[in-house]
Amino acid sequence: MERMVQTEDLIFEYAKRDEEGNVIGAYRAIDQVNLEVEEGQFIAILGHNGSGKSTLAKHINAILVPTEGTVWVGGRNTSDARELWNVRQSAGMVFQNPDNQIIGTVVEEDVGFGPENLGVPTDDIWKRVEESLKAVGMISYRHHSPNKLSGGQKQRVAIAGVIAMRPKCIVLDEPTAMLDPNGRKEVLRTIEELRKQEKVTVILITHYMEEVIDADHVFVMDHGHVVMEGTPREIFSQMDMLKRYRLDVPQVTILADELRKRGLDIPAGILRKEELVEAICRLR
Amino acid sequence: MIRDITIGQYYPAKSILHRLDPRVKLTATVLYLISLFLFKNISGYLIATVFLAVMIRLSKVPFKYIMRGMKPIIMLLMITLLFNLFLIKEGAVIFSAWIFTITEGGLRNAVLMAVRLIYLITGSSLMTLTTTPNELTDGLESLLKPLGRLRVPVHEIAMMMSIALRFIPILLEETDKIMKAQIARGADLESGNILQKARSMIPILVPLFVSAFRRANDLAMAMEARCYRGGEGRTKMNPLKYAGRDQAAYVIVILYVAGVVLIGRYVPLHIWIF
Amino acid sequence: MSIKIEHLNYIYSQGTAYEKQALKDICLEIPHGEFVGIIGHTGSGKSTLIQHLNGLIKATDGALYYNGENIYSGNYNMKELRNQVGLVFQYPEHQLFEVDVLSDVCFGPKNQGLSKEECEERAKEALRLVGLKEKYYKFSPFELSGGQKRRAAIAGVLAMRPKVLILDEPTAGLDPKGRDEILDQIAYLHRESDMTVILVSHSMEDIAKYADQIIVMNQGQVMFNSTPKEVFSHYKELEEVGLAAPQVTYIMHELAEKGLDVNTGATTVKEAADSIMEVFGND
Repeated sequence: MERMVQTEDLIFEYAKRDEEGNVIGAYRAIDQVNLEVEEGQFIAILGHNGSGKSTLAKHINAILVPTEGTVWVGGRNTSDARELWNVRQSAGMVFQNPDNQIIGTVVEEDVGFGPENLGVPTDDIWKRVEESLKAVGMISYRHHSPNKLSGGQKQRVAIAGVIAMRPKCIVLDEPTAMLDPNGRKEVLRTIEELRKQEKVTVILITHYMEEVIDADHVFVMDHGHVVMEGTPREIFSQMDMLKRYRLDVPQVTILADELRKRGLDIPAGILRKEELVEAICRLR
Repeated sequence: MIRDITIGQYYPAKSILHRLDPRVKLTATVLYLISLFLFKNISGYLIATVFLAVMIRLSKVPFKYIMRGMKPIIMLLMITLLFNLFLIKEGAVIFSAWIFTITEGGLRNAVLMAVRLIYLITGSSLMTLTTTPNELTDGLESLLKPLGRLRVPVHEIAMMMSIALRFIPILLEETDKIMKAQIARGADLESGNILQKARSMIPILVPLFVSAFRRANDLAMAMEARCYRGGEGRTKMNPLKYAGRDQAAYVIVILYVAGVVLIGRYVPLHIWIF
Repeated sequence: MSIKIEHLNYIYSQGTAYEKQALKDICLEIPHGEFVGIIGHTGSGKSTLIQHLNGLIKATDGALYYNGENIYSGNYNMKELRNQVGLVFQYPEHQLFEVDVLSDVCFGPKNQGLSKEECEERAKEALRLVGLKEKYYKFSPFELSGGQKRRAAIAGVLAMRPKVLILDEPTAGLDPKGRDEILDQIAYLHRESDMTVILVSHSMEDIAKYADQIIVMNQGQVMFNSTPKEVFSHYKELEEVGLAAPQVTYIMHELAEKGLDVNTGATTVKEAADSIMEVFGND
């Protein structure tokens, strides 16, 4: 397996400015982060608002470049200005607000925006647009105005816009934070399909714990550091730690933990309803 | 409600006007607008009316939908109408009471001016109704290309226009939401004199600007993330290519302009005071 | 203030091609001092309904009574109604506009015609209630973090001292801790004052934890209106319309199906744990 993303001692500082715009200090949003993502993996990065997870995400797409340290995407150094467009093409990005990332006024025009920027020949753009819209299940909406779509549908269009650029890796920065439960389900299902069909690497940034259950590897961030990492089960079994980092676990996990505290013999790190039901039934 | 403003919003349909090359539509619109000021006779108005009516018909955009878009300019229209009606005094007096006098000339000017304004707006909104902002941008960019040599950032201007069009409905909806939120906090947006009214807009305008900047910021980032780097090296999803129908359209528009100017100038037609 | 809605209908853009009935024959009663949850997915009519409650939208027909007075009767004082019914919109921080937090929170009381001192006193009280520290009072609202902005915006409505507080998804976009903090604060407010609280939320878990009464909206109609236990017992019907019961409810039902004698009416973790422990002998 090839390494898709790697960060080495990544540090990122925002300049703090006074009212006249003079730099008066620095705020360290990311502090010494080392992480590795293999090709084809499903990675989740968790953290509360302001933990630095979005700042980290923007490094993978070279929207931000490290203050210190290095970020490698597909073997390319993101700080190298000559590689900028290659990096952005190989690591696509989907943002939180569905409205603020759709450029086109018709669904298919928006999906074609990325390939247009890459200089893809016209016929090829249309082929890619069609394939991408099919992949996210939005082909029947190709002539619609994005304004008439639901939040979940808009995010699916945004995802199609990214896959039309044929990236190796997709970074989704809290893609469901502004959606209702149905929209969230829609987007998560789409991501799952993509992983299976297109075999792309997926990096999902979120604070919804339910969304990371299927991840291969989870990183938890707090104050710019990676404070926990492991499989979802390993992470979820440390409920108290998660609480400390302003996170939460699904209700099933809380119930399982509560029962264990009251003396029932239930394994730690329960993720799904079925597991808990089974564990309880076994006690009979 | 503020959301009902439909002027200029693309209306998806499959019509000959929708299929025309945007350059043709842009040129035709400009020519039509100019033509409205090149005749005086009622015969010219008749031709301009017929031309516009045929275009609306061809566009397959419901007439009602176009009319709904006119709502926001009704005030402007009324003001123009009243100014012309009462301030122009020529010809026989039709009506007079207290300080108000309406003359034939005033009425004529008022009506004709209103008609021109309505045609002006209907004509240009017909273009934006049948052309997606992206096509519009492409068309403008292509037509203005010669200016690029004068270092005018043609691509950038075109891109900004198209983004503005995409965000108008979003910002209108947002305005609606902010207004409601401030009314819920007891804001009084209706009463008071002009100065007080202007002041009462602050709680709406400040959040609206903040939000517009936030959106602009987000959008810029999203565009960069999708490898946008200006017009250079960019291919087009819909490259502009003239088809037979476009050439035909050019001919029709030129014939119309020639016809309306000649007939409107030299074929007098009198109906009542017009 | 008690609220009573009788046969309320609302039709959008009546007489145009976009005509749509957003609310159909709504009949509801909300006694004074209740904590009511409203659930329903996007487009179910819940946002339209709450905007009726403080007169921002006028019903096409039907009646809405506060303390027995119909707000659609000719001489009803709408401005007074808005003073008593506070409405916190979704993402309320998007309405902040003043130079500092304190002045922004004063906006509501100022519109009520109170003196400057009184405005500030109320604003400070409201900011204390939402747990925003005093050092932030002179901050520009735009300097605050997301969660703090949210609190400041909620304080802006609380400062008007409403008797009914309506919140449209007050936790949208917040992280889990931020969500719990805001909801706990609202629950505290409800306990300490005699306010009626109406909470619109997508989260069944949250609604189950806080509300005494749940109203489920679907396609412009009231689908259920009852206690959490009763409403979530219809979890299969809820699912058919794209909603769901809290996770624990499902677990309890599955356990019951497997033959365990547990309380299928449990809607919170505590209730569920109590009931399961009872089966396994609480020792």
